[in-house]
Amino acid sequence: MVEGKARIACSGIAVAPVFEVKDAGLELEKIIAGSVERELAAFEQAVDVARSQLTALIDSLPADSEAAEIMEMHLMMADDPDLLDPVRKLIGNGGISAVAAMLKAGTEQAEEFKSLDDPYMQARSADILDVSRRIACAAAGVEYQPALSARSIIVADDLTPSQTVGFKREFIAGIVLRHGTMNSHAAILARNMGVPSLIEATELAAGLSGKILAVDAVNGRYYVEPDNETLRHLQEIKNDWDKEQLKLLALRGKEAIAPCGHRILTAANIGSPDEIEFALDNDCEGVGLMRSEFLFIGRDDYPSEEEQYQAYARVASALNGRPLIIRTLDIGADKKCPYFNLPAEENPALGLRALRICLTRPELFKIQLRSICRAAARGKIRLMLPMVISITEIQKTKALLQECAQELSLEGKEYVLPPVGIMIETPAAAVLSATLAKEVDFFSIGTNDLMQYTCAIDRQNPRLEPFYDPHHPAVLELIRQTAVNAHQAGIFVGICGEMASDPVLTDLFIEFGIDELSVSPSRILALRHRILNSHAHCLNERPSNCNF
Amino acid sequence: MQEIIYKITDPRGIHARPAGQLVKLIKEYKSTCQLGSATNLVDGKHLLSVMKLSLQQGDSLTLQFSGADEKEAADAVLKFLQENL
Repeated sequence: MVEGKARIACSGIAVAPVFEVKDAGLELEKIIAGSVERELAAFEQAVDVARSQLTALIDSLPADSEAAEIMEMHLMMADDPDLLDPVRKLIGNGGISAVAAMLKAGTEQAEEFKSLDDPYMQARSADILDVSRRIACAAAGVEYQPALSARSIIVADDLTPSQTVGFKREFIAGIVLRHGTMNSHAAILARNMGVPSLIEATELAAGLSGKILAVDAVNGRYYVEPDNETLRHLQEIKNDWDKEQLKLLALRGKEAIAPCGHRILTAANIGSPDEIEFALDNDCEGVGLMRSEFLFIGRDDYPSEEEQYQAYARVASALNGRPLIIRTLDIGADKKCPYFNLPAEENPALGLRALRICLTRPELFKIQLRSICRAAARGKIRLMLPMVISITEIQKTKALLQECAQELSLEGKEYVLPPVGIMIETPAAAVLSATLAKEVDFFSIGTNDLMQYTCAIDRQNPRLEPFYDPHHPAVLELIRQTAVNAHQAGIFVGICGEMASDPVLTDLFIEFGIDELSVSPSRILALRHRILNSHAHCLNERPSNCNF
Repeated sequence: MQEIIYKITDPRGIHARPAGQLVKLIKEYKSTCQLGSATNLVDGKHLLSVMKLSLQQGDSLTLQFSGADEKEAADAVLKFLQENL
């Protein structure tokens, strides 16, 4: 048994076999297409490599076993003109690499299977994707890693957002990262799913695949191949932890009103629509931040208006009258999306990202705005713009919204124009908050970026953690001013960054008169507990004409 | 041309494994094979096309063979269908 220390990103206990994520992912944005002849040759060679991998795999498996049969099917797919001919055609059209063409054609074929009536055949789409990835990896010259297929502890140096969303939730027992930071997307996603997770497990050895790993994300420890005594000890910790959770569960259905009388809406941050289930389990009073970019990343093409509409409408109806704040597309910087073909930038955090991309490509932005307007007819939806620095950006977006509304009514489609709010996550927006408040229906303070831009600290850079003050007075002062300006203009103000769940700050946010705190679902009830027991006094009361 | 019409009796329909075996068998012959329902015929040598037909118990499967060894192909495939589906 080997043990070690790490930082807790999301609490809990988990014991399961390790699924080690290899560093060499398929980074499509780094693959440049060569000539048609070269890519075609690379493709045919990749098919041969994939077929010999599969043949070797079949030989290593017991004959007539189910695993061997599945691999036989994969081998036939890797020779099927239905799968391969569209790839050859795509490459023939030019300008696309063998890797990208294979993934695109495979995804399309898999989508066709997903739309079949027979649930058994629908599930075969996973096989098609698996074969496509195997061939694409061979073309890219990286090691192929089969998809996660059983409950496991995911171990990696670090995870990109698209890697993290690529795992099936039911198979993630825990996550242990050798690097990673508290505010990295992998850590945020882990908290949204309530998965026991550790970061900065710097001592954790490589080559653990298949070994049993015990994750104690209550004390910040891990054990490789734990002995029986350790397992018994972990079981005790888990029992205590479960009891603590049960106490918090008793707070479901209660409004978070502080003893001073200030009520705070305790809402959830979610990524993909699936996360709404876990948020409702934890009794969210709304969704304060739906990160719509998770509908866009980890795929090869833009989601359609219909697909987006379905996703938003599904979350809105699940919330059953409680508010849903949808943040419009926030990609760029550390959230990458290859098919947007964004130029490489010297300084992505200060580059073409989020609303800036949307306003540069209005035809694309309108697809999202239209789908949100349509979904707003199905629930209490609010639209929120990220990365705002000026009033012009708000006015431009509102003009686009008007265009969408006119189009939708000409088409006879049902829609509602949602209230429009903005993220306060740039110092510019915080400083201008008195002016901006007159133009919008609400504010939500994004503390992660506000911290990064105010203190000039890159939140993905672990070397800067010694300089990072999670309670930096400049940021707290910007939050206070923003809240005062919001209430003076009669609009509500929330916080949806990681600070919202910081236990040390709950009292301060009550003093500031923050109206809504939106946090990872696993942290809602603990937050509610702190509000209900706070001794703070609200110094910035909500005006009576201001509603959530 | 040789034509077979066969009613599927296997309660699971033509699932991935028998579809694979069927396509493998058809590929052993030079003759072309179109198969499916009377209105929707696909190339019997293409696994994904055959799977996408998503044939269920009780469905009628039409197979049309054309080529030099069409008789042998039809006989072998009919035997396979009777034994497996």
